[in-house]
Amino acid sequence: MNLADLIATKSVIVCCGSGGVGKTTTAAVLAIEAARAGRRAVVVTIDPARRLADALGIEGLTNQPALIEGEWPGELAALMLDTEGTFNGLVEKYAKTREQAERILANRFYKNIAGAMSGTQEYMASEKLYELYAESGYDLIVVDTPPTRNALDFLEAPNRLARFLDHKLYRLVTAPTRGIVRAVNVAAQGFFRSIGKVVGGDVIADAIEFFAAFDGMEQGFKERARRVEQLLAAEETAFVLVASPRADTVAEAMFFADELRSSQLEVRALIVNRVHPQPVDRDLEADRSRALELSGTTLGRHYQALADLDQISSGEEGHLRELTERISPAPVVRVPYLTVEVHDLASLTLVGDILVGRTS
Amino acid sequence: MDPAQFLTAPRVTIVAGKGGVGKTTVALTMAMAATKIGLSALLIEIEGKSAIASLFGRDDVSYDGTELFGADQSSGRGSLTARALTPDDALLEYLRDHNLKRISNRLASSGALDMVATATPGIRDVLILGKVKQLERSGAADVIIVDAPAAGHAISFLRSASGLLNAVNVGPIETQAREVMELLSDPDRCEIVLVTLPEETPVNEMVETAFSLEELVGIKLAPVVINGSLGDPAPFDIDPADAAAEIDVELGDDDLKALRMATTFVGGRARLQAEQLERLNRELPLPQIVLPFRFTADLTLVDIDALADVWLEQVSQLADQA
Repeated sequence: MNLADLIATKSVIVCCGSGGVGKTTTAAVLAIEAARAGRRAVVVTIDPARRLADALGIEGLTNQPALIEGEWPGELAALMLDTEGTFNGLVEKYAKTREQAERILANRFYKNIAGAMSGTQEYMASEKLYELYAESGYDLIVVDTPPTRNALDFLEAPNRLARFLDHKLYRLVTAPTRGIVRAVNVAAQGFFRSIGKVVGGDVIADAIEFFAAFDGMEQGFKERARRVEQLLAAEETAFVLVASPRADTVAEAMFFADELRSSQLEVRALIVNRVHPQPVDRDLEADRSRALELSGTTLGRHYQALADLDQISSGEEGHLRELTERISPAPVVRVPYLTVEVHDLASLTLVGDILVGRTS
Repeated sequence: MDPAQFLTAPRVTIVAGKGGVGKTTVALTMAMAATKIGLSALLIEIEGKSAIASLFGRDDVSYDGTELFGADQSSGRGSLTARALTPDDALLEYLRDHNLKRISNRLASSGALDMVATATPGIRDVLILGKVKQLERSGAADVIIVDAPAAGHAISFLRSASGLLNAVNVGPIETQAREVMELLSDPDRCEIVLVTLPEETPVNEMVETAFSLEELVGIKLAPVVINGSLGDPAPFDIDPADAAAEIDVELGDDDLKALRMATTFVGGRARLQAEQLERLNRELPLPQIVLPFRFTADLTLVDIDALADVWLEQVSQLADQA
């Protein structure tokens, strides 16, 4: 299946890759391509650069997709993930009563989880994805993922949090204080007292209050996490890797692919951004010595640029071959290093033409 | 400016920038430059997997320090050591050092570190910075370079101490946070180097980060580093055929075609870079160190060595700071 087929048939595309490789831009381009193919598409971006956000008409953190006008038969919408707002919505959904939701939302420990805990952004990205999938009726949802070193962080985030909320220590503090349980509970309290000595008692009081307030909601969260996990593993979901052709990001891309495989997930396509153009049939050493002979002249500088380009593109070619083998049979799509900045709909569309192999 | 003075006063230099701009490359370049002028350098990595280890053919870099090369008397070269700091290790070490060994064992065995970290956001960062402070105080090396988390995170990383002081007002962690704040705000002990590529988005982020850091953290901003420069675009405005005619050189068709392709591409990128550099000059009045783009898909120690020479050269051309 090539990239155009994925865009035309899948319900969910998850873009993974390390930071600085153009992941957010690529996600936006995939959604635009879906709209150009007549589908109703939405892209969930995480912290897009300002110009890209402007191009997509996103004004700030929001939980509702904003429609983007454009010359396409389909429909395109975009949103910038609001991590905290999404988490609050989840609490409101699973709280048994309005009072329970309010107690949780006002708790300091909860605010820390929703705002700053590592993994929360990944978790909320997948939660938002599921919510859009289950409730909004889009044909395709493209999700950008937070830059992590570990592809599994995104996949495991929902379960990690569910496990966190289900930790046996918290069950101890929130358990009924009767009989033998009570004895253990006293030990747990002692434990919290000693932590309190290090970080201060207020902090621990907040935590205990949070777990007490959260009591009874773990099941809902766990069930939701399970459904998110199922969606990510489903046939209608495709993982697309984004990389650049440099040794370090190629190594990370391979690491990502292996990790996905270890979770029985396949990479469906690899998009390599910023590939240098390759001079045809050059003798690198000859061009280098020519540059040296002519050193100090404009033509010498030109030969140097030619040799430099030959050198880097051959190196990139080597990495791309290796990656292509590793990812096979998934297609590898190269996006050449452009001599324009990609930040408006026109340049995004240009990248789209390259991605699906459309010649204009 | 004397590079040795740049590197040792202050002793701690934090290197920060958006993902993909070559932050780690610049941190390593500075550490390497230090060793070239006879100083001992300690490079601190914070985020997960070590990018440095593989360059030196090692499997990883340890928390307690991995010596990458020793000092060499005959060449006058200083030693280079790298450390990979993790908050979990820093917390356990901290508790052990403060006679709280019993808690540290229980924390480790119960897996409750996550909970402590969640109860007190910023504690991980404060513990890492606290460890940096301890290394600075103990004079672990002449020069300490910290490879900070990616840009957006750099601000929360550096603000962690003041944030924590709002939440925690007693206990050893409060002391730790206070001492970290003292380190960050003391221009004689610590400064930050921001790294960018001469491209639109990284430049925007660097300008924003610089102003936020000044306003929110009060840390001393060192000259910024522009990484991956293609240099002056002017030679590429001239067609290779004209450049050849100018010096009476005959060009074959194949050569002309290849040269035109190369000059169009490199010239196009260099012009974009020049525009962004001009904008940066307008928007951020800080001295700049410009490192050249290395035309390789596999950065090696040879490249780092060459970059370190350029870095030393550029720093010595900077005006002395007031």
